[in-house]
Amino acid sequence: MNSHEVRIHIDSNSDIVTARQKGREIASQLGFTSTDLTLIATAISELARNIVLYAQEGEIILTVAEEGARRGIGVVARDDGPGIIDVERALQEGFSTSRSFGMGLSGVRRLVDDFKIISEVGSGTTVSVKKWK
Amino acid sequence: MQVPILKQSDYLIASIQAALTDADLLQLRDALVTQVGTFRSRGVIVDVTALDVMDSFAVRTLRDLAHMIRLRGAETVIVGIQPEVAFAMVQLGLTLEGVSTALDLEEGLAYLDKKIKAISSSTKEGRS
Repeated sequence: MNSHEVRIHIDSNSDIVTARQKGREIASQLGFTSTDLTLIATAISELARNIVLYAQEGEIILTVAEEGARRGIGVVARDDGPGIIDVERALQEGFSTSRSFGMGLSGVRRLVDDFKIISEVGSGTTVSVKKWK
Repeated sequence: MQVPILKQSDYLIASIQAALTDADLLQLRDALVTQVGTFRSRGVIVDVTALDVMDSFAVRTLRDLAHMIRLRGAETVIVGIQPEVAFAMVQLGLTLEGVSTALDLEEGLAYLDKKIKAISSSTKEGRS
């Protein structure tokens, strides 16, 4: 199951919809509750929108996550965009540089169980999140 | 996907049928803000029952839509936010502050009837 992954290229606002629908589909196959399905789809939507807004293009990679007995869904949002200068600040409540769209990364962090971000100025950003069943 | 807008007496009803892209949402906002003038509507209902995700962009666009329509002299009510969607919105810290909501279309219509009657009677009192 670990080898199972779905990659969605993101470069327009219709890709945001495709990514979140695909994520919902995979999470549904894993047996998540309908509330969790909505949280997962919403998190993917926010991550994909960050790509379109800040990097113009990138990809969303959806995987089945396994750790011991537990299973879940993994979502990686990757881009080669400008990167984030101050990651700590980007994770603060309500922080957003782009015309104050929503809650940004701090909101996504609240929707998932594991949250990791690696960003380098000039070479891009990778956000990896997991939600366990 | 374009959202159909129905005109019913003094109201416009936009019934979202499927997932909307950001561009679709902006198109809906602009269409309603324009049509409120074209049809001299007093109220607008946006039915979001079919939306399985309301992320920051969707919430912001609906909030803007309601505020713009108020500036045009009409009232907006958002109806049909699903329980899971409400949960996700709260988790994400998204609010629809200053925007009226109702459980479903029926409640939304009842709300507008009451609100608009109250507005027109207070205007009459003001004149006398």
